[in-house]
Amino acid sequence: MTTGRVLADPGLAEAAADGADLAVTTSGLAMRFRGGQLAVDHIGLAVPHGSVYGFLGPNGSGKTTTIRMLLGLVHPTAGTFAMLGTDLRDLDSVLPRVGALVEGPAFYPFLSGRQNLARCDAADPSADLSTARARIDHALDQVGLLAAADKRYRVYSLGMKQRLGIAAGLLRPRDLMILDEPTNGLDPQGTREVRSLVKQIAADGTTVFVSSHLLAEVEQVCSHVGVMSTGRLVFQGTLTELRSRGEPRILIRTSDPPTGAEVLGKLELASVTVSDGQVSAALGEHAPERINAELVHAGVPVAGLETVRPSLEDLFVELTGEGFDVNG
Amino acid sequence: MSTASVTEVPQIAPGPGAAPVRHWLRFFRSELRNVFLRPRNLAMLAVLAGAPVFLGVVLWINTPAPGSGGPGAGVFVGQIAENGVFLSLFAIYVLLTVLLPLAVSVVSGDSVAGEAGLGTLRTLLTVPAGRARLLATKYATIVVFCFAATLIVAGLGLLMGAIFFPVGPVTLLSGDTVPLADGLARLALIVCYVAAALSALGAIGIALSTFTQHAIAVMATMLVVVIVSEILDAVSQVAAIHPYLPSHFWFSFDALLRTPIAWSGVLHGLASFAAYAVIFGAVAWARMRRANITC
Repeated sequence: MTTGRVLADPGLAEAAADGADLAVTTSGLAMRFRGGQLAVDHIGLAVPHGSVYGFLGPNGSGKTTTIRMLLGLVHPTAGTFAMLGTDLRDLDSVLPRVGALVEGPAFYPFLSGRQNLARCDAADPSADLSTARARIDHALDQVGLLAAADKRYRVYSLGMKQRLGIAAGLLRPRDLMILDEPTNGLDPQGTREVRSLVKQIAADGTTVFVSSHLLAEVEQVCSHVGVMSTGRLVFQGTLTELRSRGEPRILIRTSDPPTGAEVLGKLELASVTVSDGQVSAALGEHAPERINAELVHAGVPVAGLETVRPSLEDLFVELTGEGFDVNG
Repeated sequence: MSTASVTEVPQIAPGPGAAPVRHWLRFFRSELRNVFLRPRNLAMLAVLAGAPVFLGVVLWINTPAPGSGGPGAGVFVGQIAENGVFLSLFAIYVLLTVLLPLAVSVVSGDSVAGEAGLGTLRTLLTVPAGRARLLATKYATIVVFCFAATLIVAGLGLLMGAIFFPVGPVTLLSGDTVPLADGLARLALIVCYVAAALSALGAIGIALSTFTQHAIAVMATMLVVVIVSEILDAVSQVAAIHPYLPSHFWFSFDALLRTPIAWSGVLHGLASFAAYAVIFGAVAWARMRRANITC
């Protein structure tokens, strides 16, 4: 382990202290393109072994560039990283243990699904020659493409193409799967299929590093998340930790919002907002029942009262900004 | 979705490098299949195969008088009526001007740029196929293609020559007559020489191919290179640069049709081809080694 130390990001501090528990660690990893644009700004990823790590961020936030660096497709301009305990200088020795799908599947349109996988396997300098046929069939079966294996890639639907891309990563047992936007452009059914595949892969003990610009698509399968925004890693930790970042708010439905806001203001609640038929404020340390009593006492007709935590989606947007491209 | 259970996972792999040669041969075969079974390339080979047939038929219908014909390709035309072997040489000569270099330009220009355009370059490199290994395999495939293309032209030329014209002892350009077997051996050497010339061109193609993801741009550039080189080679005012032009020695194979064989001309040509292959192979590797694969 040469780069075991990881930046002190919230949540993974303990895991980071012992680099051996990490499937992927990066340190000050940066990529500046020739135009001078800093696509990845000195990030310190810490992906624990056995986790399903959701790598989130809007389009253009540097996710794919980071993944390309991990896979040796582009060369970092600064920083270093290690995968499965192996330093980036020895990347070729570790890549056979890493299955990857980068920026959408890319195959030969004039070959069938099976021929495409055979070609990937043939390119592998350490594949087991005697089991090639069985392994290709097994990978096709795992992603549910066995029936369509002999159709040309050209006629595959988008979902089938994505699944073939994942199948290429499953040609041999992997310790790490890196999936870049595996649900991009899929319909809800396709998205569910990919999610269940990710679950299945993770259940076999493989660490899964999956990127997405939509939190909702991966939150059900992730144990950890890293959030990118304009090249920076703005959050890293478990999903629970991300959730706990959200400040609870009290929300009161009433026919008299202005008076309600007045009462909340008197109680020194922060960030009171008034909208049509409701008023809300950050709850802080206040007890909701006491607020209710004060409202009633002041003659505010309370039709409903609840405490709400921001959804993960809200937190995500808060972290990444309300840019026009937040939802791709 | 899948019904496969975890227990079905096939038994796996010894470590890397278990059998590097067998693994490479498998990759090489896959690469050859991709090039030779590609409909576009098959069509190109079919055109190359059709040309000697066409020439054979035309020359059979309108057979030139023995000893007629001018310089260049004409050297062979005048002998076809007496010996069909010369149809093969004539076909090589005619096709080496444009069609053979064009076919090699298409295949070599497509080699890396085509993969980049499809995105399969990233798929292969993350396998990981290895950058040096991929480049070497691609070039080996181009060399095989050059041999195959030349062999198709020479072979069909010979076949057509045998069908339409008499075949027998070969009268060389130096006037001596050698037995048919000797003549065919010289034809085989010429095929190797021309394939080597095309392989050098292929090295230029693969080098250019590492700079773009638009294969068609490389093919067009290659065609410009070939045509400009041939034109410059015909302009005596720039004779000083002639020996450095990629196409200058392409047609020097006539030295193999003399007795004694003028080896110096042949070796000059081969040295030129080797220099081109080494220089542009180095360019390709320098580019491939550091390139950021962003497509």
